[in-house]
Amino acid sequence: MIVNQNTIKDLASKQMRIDGRALTEYRKPILVETNISWTAEGSARVQVGETVVMAGVKLSLEKPYNDTPDEGGIMINAELTPLSSAEYESGPPGIKAIELSRVTDRGIREAKAIDMKKLCVEPGEKAWFVIIDIVTINDAGNLFDVAGLATLAALKSARFPVVDTETGAIDYKKKTDQPLPLTKEPLPVTVYKINGNLVIDPTVEEEQVYEARLTVATDDKGTISAMQKGGTESLSIDEISMMIDLAQEKATFLRGELDKQLQ
Amino acid sequence: MSARHKLGGYRKMSELLKKEREIVIPGEILAQGMDFLPGENTYRENDNIYAKALGLVYVSGRVIKITSLSGPYVPMVGDRIIGKVIDITMTGWRIDTGTAYSGLLNVKDATTRFIKKGEDLSKIIAIGDYVIVMITQVTSQRLIDLAMREPGLKKITGGRIMKINSHKVPRIIGKQASMVNLLREKTGCEITVGQNGLVWVRGTPEGELKAEGAIKRIEERSHESGLTESMDAFLGGK
Repeated sequence: MIVNQNTIKDLASKQMRIDGRALTEYRKPILVETNISWTAEGSARVQVGETVVMAGVKLSLEKPYNDTPDEGGIMINAELTPLSSAEYESGPPGIKAIELSRVTDRGIREAKAIDMKKLCVEPGEKAWFVIIDIVTINDAGNLFDVAGLATLAALKSARFPVVDTETGAIDYKKKTDQPLPLTKEPLPVTVYKINGNLVIDPTVEEEQVYEARLTVATDDKGTISAMQKGGTESLSIDEISMMIDLAQEKATFLRGELDKQLQ
Repeated sequence: MSARHKLGGYRKMSELLKKEREIVIPGEILAQGMDFLPGENTYRENDNIYAKALGLVYVSGRVIKITSLSGPYVPMVGDRIIGKVIDITMTGWRIDTGTAYSGLLNVKDATTRFIKKGEDLSKIIAIGDYVIVMITQVTSQRLIDLAMREPGLKKITGGRIMKINSHKVPRIIGKQASMVNLLREKTGCEITVGQNGLVWVRGTPEGELKAEGAIKRIEERSHESGLTESMDAFLGGK
C-alpha cells in the first residue's frame, strides 16, 4: 500500500517505525522448537513475530565429489510455499527462493561450520551428505534471518541414524545420539537501509520500500563468514561498517535467544 | 372429513433449536416447524430452517436471521468504501473495491473541477492511490459505479491503511458511531472506516499506533457485549 509505504519512509527519518518498534529491534515472540519431525534427522520451527519457517536436516551416505574425496558435503534448498504469502506460486524455485537458499548455504559453508572431513566414512567411496530443506510457513518479513536461525537450530538438533555395520544400510527409524560435527555456529543478520536509516527485522511492507540491504553471517566469535548485498541503491563504506557492527550485535542477541530455548 | 381437517390440519409444535447469539455453521438446523420464517443467511427445507452462513443467530418475532462472521464483502449502494486505483480509462479510474468486482469512478463523479479534454488523469489520481468513495450503483451483473463528490470522500494522503474483516466494520463504528468517535477522541486521529474492511487512520505516530491496536482489539473481541465500555477502559487516560 503506497500510503503505508510513504508513512514508513517518513517515520524512518524520525527514527520511528509503523509498528512502534525501535529501528534495531526484533519482533516478539522469538520461538524456537526443535525435533518437530520424526522422519528428519534434525528439524526446527522458528517463529519471529508472525514469520514462521521450518527447516529439516536429512543425512545420507553418498560417493564424495572427485575433487574432495575425503569430505562430505552440504546442500541447502529453500521453498517459498504458496501458503506463506499470496505472492508465491508453486513450481520451480524463483529468484527469491534461490537467493534465500544460497545466502543461508553460504553462511554455513564458508564459515566451515561443519567439519566436512569428519563426515567422510571411506575416502573416495562413502561420506555423509547433509541435506537441509527450508520451508516457509508464513512470510511476514525478514525470511533471511528466520531461515538462518531455523537452519542452525535444525543442525544443532540433528543426530546420525543407525548404520548396519555389515550391510551398510541406513536405518532411518533409529537414531544414535551422535550430533553433527559442528565447529562454529554462524547466524545471518540482515540490515536494511530505509530512507538512509539502518533497520533490522523488517515487515513485508518495510521490505517493499528499502533502498539496500546487507546480510552478514557471523559465527560465535564475531568472525564474518559471508555477506550478501541486495536492493537497488548503493552503500557507502561507513554504512557497511555500521551494518556489520549492528549485525554482529544482533547475531549475539539471536544466539542468546537460541541457546536459551534449546536448553 | 374429520375434525382435524376442519381445524386446518395437524401441525407439529414449532420449536426454536438455537439460542439467541449462538454461533452456528452452515447446515445446522435452527428451528423446526412452520411458525418461524427464514431471514437473512438462512433457508427453509421442508419443516426445518437451516443456516446458510457461519455466524450468530438472531430472532426477531418469527423471523430467524444470521449475522455472518466471515466471507467476502458484498457491495451495497450507499456504502462508503476505501479502494485502490488499479487502472486509468478514457473516462475515469478503475478501482479495486476489495470484492471480486472492480468499480468505475467516472471523471464527472470524481471532482467538481473542470477537466479539459485530453487532460492527464494520472495527475489527479494516480494508479496505486487510495480513495474514499461511495457506491452509487450496483447492477445485477455486479458492475459498480462510484462517486467522490461528497464531503469526506477524497484521495487519501498520509497516515496508514489497515485491513480488517468487513463483517466487523459495524463493531468498529459502533451504535450511532459511538465506537469510532471514542477512538477519534482518545487517539486524536482522523479515522475513516470503509464498509469493505479498509480503515484509514491519520494522526500523530503514537496516536496512529494506539488507534491501530484498538481497532485490532475490537476486531478480535467483536462478539463480546459491552465492548465500547471495555474499549474506553483500554484506551484509558489521554
